[in-house]
Amino acid sequence: MELAELYSDIINEHSRNPGNRRQLINADAQKRGHNPSCGDDITLSVSFDGDVIADAAFTGVGCAISQASADILSDLIIGKTVSEAKTLTEKFLAMIKRENTDDADLADLDEALALKNIANMPARVKCAVLAWRTLNDILTERQSIS
Amino acid sequence: MNNNILHDFPLLGKKFGDHTVTYLDNGATTQKPDSVIKAVCGYYGGCNANPHRGAYALSVKATDIYESARQKTQKFINAQSSDEIIFTKNATEALNLIAYSYALPRLQKGDEIVISIAEHHSNLVPWQFVAKSTGATLKYIYLAPDGHFDRHDIETKITANTKIVAVTHISNVLGLINPIDTIAAKAHEVGAVIVVDGSQSVAHIAVDVQKLAADFFVFSGHKMLSPMGIGVLYGKKALLDAMPPFLMGGDMIEYVEEQETTFADLPQKFEAGTQNVGGAAGLSAAIDYLEAVGFHTIEQIEQELITYALHNLRELPFITLYGCDAAEGKTGIVTFNVQDVHPHDVATVLDSFGVAIRAGHHCAQPLMKYLGVNATCRASFYLYNTKEDIDRLIDALKKVRSIMGY
Ligand SMILES: Cc1ncc(COP(=O)(O)O)c(C=O)c1O
Ligand SMILES: [Zn+2]
Repeated sequence: MELAELYSDIINEHSRNPGNRRQLINADAQKRGHNPSCGDDITLSVSFDGDVIADAAFTGVGCAISQASADILSDLIIGKTVSEAKTLTEKFLAMIKRENTDDADLADLDEALALKNIANMPARVKCAVLAWRTLNDILTERQSIS
Repeated sequence: MNNNILHDFPLLGKKFGDHTVTYLDNGATTQKPDSVIKAVCGYYGGCNANPHRGAYALSVKATDIYESARQKTQKFINAQSSDEIIFTKNATEALNLIAYSYALPRLQKGDEIVISIAEHHSNLVPWQFVAKSTGATLKYIYLAPDGHFDRHDIETKITANTKIVAVTHISNVLGLINPIDTIAAKAHEVGAVIVVDGSQSVAHIAVDVQKLAADFFVFSGHKMLSPMGIGVLYGKKALLDAMPPFLMGGDMIEYVEEQETTFADLPQKFEAGTQNVGGAAGLSAAIDYLEAVGFHTIEQIEQELITYALHNLRELPFITLYGCDAAEGKTGIVTFNVQDVHPHDVATVLDSFGVAIRAGHHCAQPLMKYLGVNATCRASFYLYNTKEDIDRLIDALKKVRSIMGY
């Protein structure tokens, strides 16, 4: 994979200025995700308004890929319903695993599409999926209690 | 000189994708010279049999290879007797052997274990376990601002209650040579034993366990040109004799009856089951190789490389160095960070230029925390590296920030 493809403008912009890296006061759900090989360590926080994700943010440290991925994810899910966010998360994970290669179907991942080719870099896949796995856990728990 | 050495290492000339590799991760493991690869192949291709067991010529030959590797290792680190050389899988297993067989049966509440904050997890987690299991206290020697052990801590942390002092000869993160003789003298003064982790020293500087006054000294073959899966525990004979076996089974026994067993003498007592004879053959060839080059030369090569690397790294305003105030007292390990860029991203960018370095916590999380960082980059040099390798490192580092959008 070309380096410029990995560290694209979208990824670099989100990793340098992660607008969603902040404390979320009154979070309804919070989960920590950790990537021992790289040291990525994020805590994802979500607040709900009924069935809708009112806000999402993260704190922590990590490589550019993990931070950009968490920031893009937060942008994407704010305003979505729990089940919409769950579908997007599953779609993202399927894209990274190359289980879903249907560009038209993947289009609603929006900026997260910039991480599509990470599948070619096995050493960095964990960085890209960290926030998404963490969100998946939060959403699964939310669905099971409601 | 270096060019001749380079030719002995087949992997270093091979192309991976567009590049031959600029291998700067020698702290993790070293490459292997032809002579070591041939020794391993030669063993399996010409002499393979289970040592100590068969009463036939091939088994005798395998036993010979294995036992002569032990004698070579004894001379290599200047142990008094070859009974003091126990082969293990690696340094980690050797340290666990000491923890289980020496420390667990002896320590109790009120006793102290002293280690340094610069330890690899392999010389830290086993001691935490021993402390938790026995009620002993685990204490740390911290660092002076230049990264060397704090002299005052050496003097004050080791007390009359200290039973074990376990420190690394050279830190795998900082590359600084620690004053083992001073620490050993202090440990012995209070009646403690000193365990030395030689993983990062034995391939880089001449080691004499008697001069160091080490009670135990451990290392892994794979960090000194040998195959993976062979390591060494050196222990003073009186200490090893008094310890119960670590693993039980074949080859470590004298007589076995239904309810009772008597154990073999040293060194077999600590070598249960079929051992890594191919690895020992490789270790033997590696020692021959290192002795032919000579530690005077090896130290000189590393000094030149580290001096050159530090000079060039200091020119780069976006680099922060750790434990790099001076090249003196330091082997070829340089740990650094690139401003604003996570080490893992630095490693990925460098890899795209064929430069292999390590990024992360280097199995030393307490040290990272102590240094106030989450992770670092580490370039570690060895005898086959050249100034051109360092030029490639520096050139690639200059590109990192712009690739990351800075
Ligand atoms: C200082 C130090 N101690 C212990 C070890 C553990 O070596 P091994 O993984 O070969 O057991 C290493 C290697 O990473 C090391 O650098
Ligand atoms: Zn990462």
